[in-house]
Amino acid sequence: MVRPRGLHHLPGLLPFLVPALLTGGGVALPLVYLVLRALEAEPGALREILLRPKNLELLLNTLALLLGVLALTTLLALPLAFLTTRTNLKGKRLLSLLLTLPLAIPGYVGAYVLLAATGPGGILPLPRLEGYVGALFVLSFITYPYLFLSLRAAFLGLDPALEEAARTLGMGPWRAFFRAAFPQLLPALLSGYLVVGLHVLGDFGTVSLLRYETFSYAIYLQYSAAFDRVYAAWLALLLLLLTGGLLWLEGLLLRRLTLARTGKGASRRHKPLRLGPFAPLGYALVLFPPSVALAFPLYALFHLARRFPQEGLSGLWEALGHSALAAAPAAFLAVGMALPLAYLAVRLPSPASRFLERLAYLGYAIPPLAFALAWIFFSLRSLPFLYGTLPLLVLVLAFHFLAESLGPVRGALFQVPRRLEEAARTLGETPTGAFFRVTFPLLWRGAVAGGALAFIGAVKELPITLLLAPMGYATLATRVFSYTQEAMFAEAAPFALLIALLSAAFVGVLLWTERRF
Amino acid sequence: MLKGIDLAVYPGEILALLGPSGCGKTTLLRVIAGLESPDGGRVVLEGQDITHLPPERRGIGFVFQDYALFPHLTALGNVAFGLKGKDRLLRAQKALERVGMTLFQHRKPQELSGGQQQRVALARALAPGPKLVLLDEPFSSLDASLRAATREEVRKVLKETGTTALLVTHDQEEALSFADRLGVMRDGKLLQVDTPEAVYLRPKTPFVAQFLGRTNLLSGEGKGRYAETCLGPVALAEPAHGPLLLSLRPEALRLAPPEAGGALGRVVAREFKGHDLTYRVRLLAPEREVLVQEGPESPFRVGDVVAVQVVGEGVALEGQSPKAPVGTD
Repeated sequence: MVRPRGLHHLPGLLPFLVPALLTGGGVALPLVYLVLRALEAEPGALREILLRPKNLELLLNTLALLLGVLALTTLLALPLAFLTTRTNLKGKRLLSLLLTLPLAIPGYVGAYVLLAATGPGGILPLPRLEGYVGALFVLSFITYPYLFLSLRAAFLGLDPALEEAARTLGMGPWRAFFRAAFPQLLPALLSGYLVVGLHVLGDFGTVSLLRYETFSYAIYLQYSAAFDRVYAAWLALLLLLLTGGLLWLEGLLLRRLTLARTGKGASRRHKPLRLGPFAPLGYALVLFPPSVALAFPLYALFHLARRFPQEGLSGLWEALGHSALAAAPAAFLAVGMALPLAYLAVRLPSPASRFLERLAYLGYAIPPLAFALAWIFFSLRSLPFLYGTLPLLVLVLAFHFLAESLGPVRGALFQVPRRLEEAARTLGETPTGAFFRVTFPLLWRGAVAGGALAFIGAVKELPITLLLAPMGYATLATRVFSYTQEAMFAEAAPFALLIALLSAAFVGVLLWTERRF
Repeated sequence: MLKGIDLAVYPGEILALLGPSGCGKTTLLRVIAGLESPDGGRVVLEGQDITHLPPERRGIGFVFQDYALFPHLTALGNVAFGLKGKDRLLRAQKALERVGMTLFQHRKPQELSGGQQQRVALARALAPGPKLVLLDEPFSSLDASLRAATREEVRKVLKETGTTALLVTHDQEEALSFADRLGVMRDGKLLQVDTPEAVYLRPKTPFVAQFLGRTNLLSGEGKGRYAETCLGPVALAEPAHGPLLLSLRPEALRLAPPEAGGALGRVVAREFKGHDLTYRVRLLAPEREVLVQEGPESPFRVGDVVAVQVVGEGVALEGQSPKAPVGTD
């Protein structure tokens, strides 16, 4: 018997093991404190808290928003994915990029644009859209790209033979599509739903600005206005439970579907559907969402920003600096933790390394408001010197966005076969030396992409910053939020514009260079 | 996987390990290089026990089957990777020159052909001046047309630099032509180590005899300098007595017209290969087939009745006779 040397020489692994364990602790430990805090209530008070009719109302509100957004995003994403993969529209790559860009717009910016543009004095002659309809509209138009990307990939991977077989069995083209091809799209639809669902459950900015009471909004109210921290902890736990339920349901459904599938991959390409005289309609349909969710917000933001008072400019630069000062170290930290985690997961796959990786993804799936709250309880008890400081904000942002960096780093690591490191070892390099001279040079593109994703995520991030930033530390995101809350739309405009432009540029460059299209 | 392997490689020699895939030969190389740890046994290099030394401190070069060239470095960068000191680029250039790759030194691995990548991989392994270089199926990813020429070049470079080399392969022709000595492995065991000629001409086991080219395995009765078999008396390379299993290469047999004398049989297949011709002949009694190698001008056709004559020597093998002792490839 022989064993791979890596397992035999544990000391060589230690430098990787320590950050990996740290990562696990950074995500899992705060949640423990959230539970501890929630259990602090007296038994009598506990029963009262759990039986409040408010809980049911919040649950129903949250579920209604979730289902509404899923339905609306399906209506948008399914035809769009079809149009951009299976028809003879010109410039499908560019159109796909345009269709994906709205995901760069943060929810609170969307809500801000909606509030500023409608109602009295707005650019659009519409009554002010608030509450359910407003939240549904904003969240659907900024989250449909996730579903679109997922479905688009599935459409491109469809085997044309399936529909051809259905046609030879006597079905018309539309029936053939829905009976033969559509079922193959279900796994992609489900994984898209998961991402959209997590966004809806995790959303805080949209619902609180549009005053639609979901769990996130209520948690914030309890925490910041009513100062009822035990109830806030309980609401956060309920929200976590709902998120866990979503993850579980997705896993359950996906497993059944994947088992039912046979064969894979397309050998030939579909013949593009000729739209003929309907082509203009196709273009109009494809261009509609980006114009609503990207072009109009940018136009409105420019329009509003012109009314921005000159003396506010210094505040703008300060907020930009604050955002960068929190997001940049968080991005570095996230990549620093993603590297060893990905290394463990790819090179030493085991239940333990899979668990650590899941944990990192969990840090992302946890609604950020609940995550921030858990960290507040955790730091107040165990790390009081950190509470209310910039390092804590950086740390929590890094843990939350770790999963964003993990994806690209992991993907890049798969491109570096173990053999290359072995070659370096036989040429006289130590394990650490081999990592830095061979693995890392091949990995750095993935690391940069992962860092960029974490950076832009942290700049856009609202609830964690709102709860954990030091006193008086205003970032772009918190400025937009607080000005909008007070209906100071002109004051908020340049901050929102800066975030939207920055984010759209980052996302656009990343998507294009990753050759997603 | 590996069972009781006792193998010594002498300074400056090229030793090839030959065996079917899965016999443990690559594992043996990885244990020697330090990429895997053995549960028992020792690896000794120039009198020093290196069993527990990490690979980077062994001074053993490795040429990987798929070359494992670093895709982010040029050919020169790859070769200079294991070198230290101010003159490392100069020495890397020398190493590339030795394999005739000076012109391509600034190319990335993916811009090189398979043969060129092979040469860079060899230069990279040789550049630090290893005491021993290990080659894992180094020619298997090359086209057949390129293989013989590359093999000759690599052999030349190894001999010029006086490098000790251990090569593993499953290609018998490669092992026979490339190595100074040859070891045959099976199921994690080393069956026989000797010069290619000795292993081919005097195999010790049926497996070795069959793995190195075609042979006829016959059971017989040893009578000193010869053995009695179904083909009549067969001269033995080494004297032997009692029941034995015999390996008789197809080139030790000849065909003649039936009236010329010898064991009678009928030609069942004829394989013309240009420089020679192999017949498959079914004997009339006992009913079994033998392989006979003839010159290209041999006139017999399928269906002809012929006499099989023994003209060469047989080798007595160790071990049991296989279940169906027929001529095998």
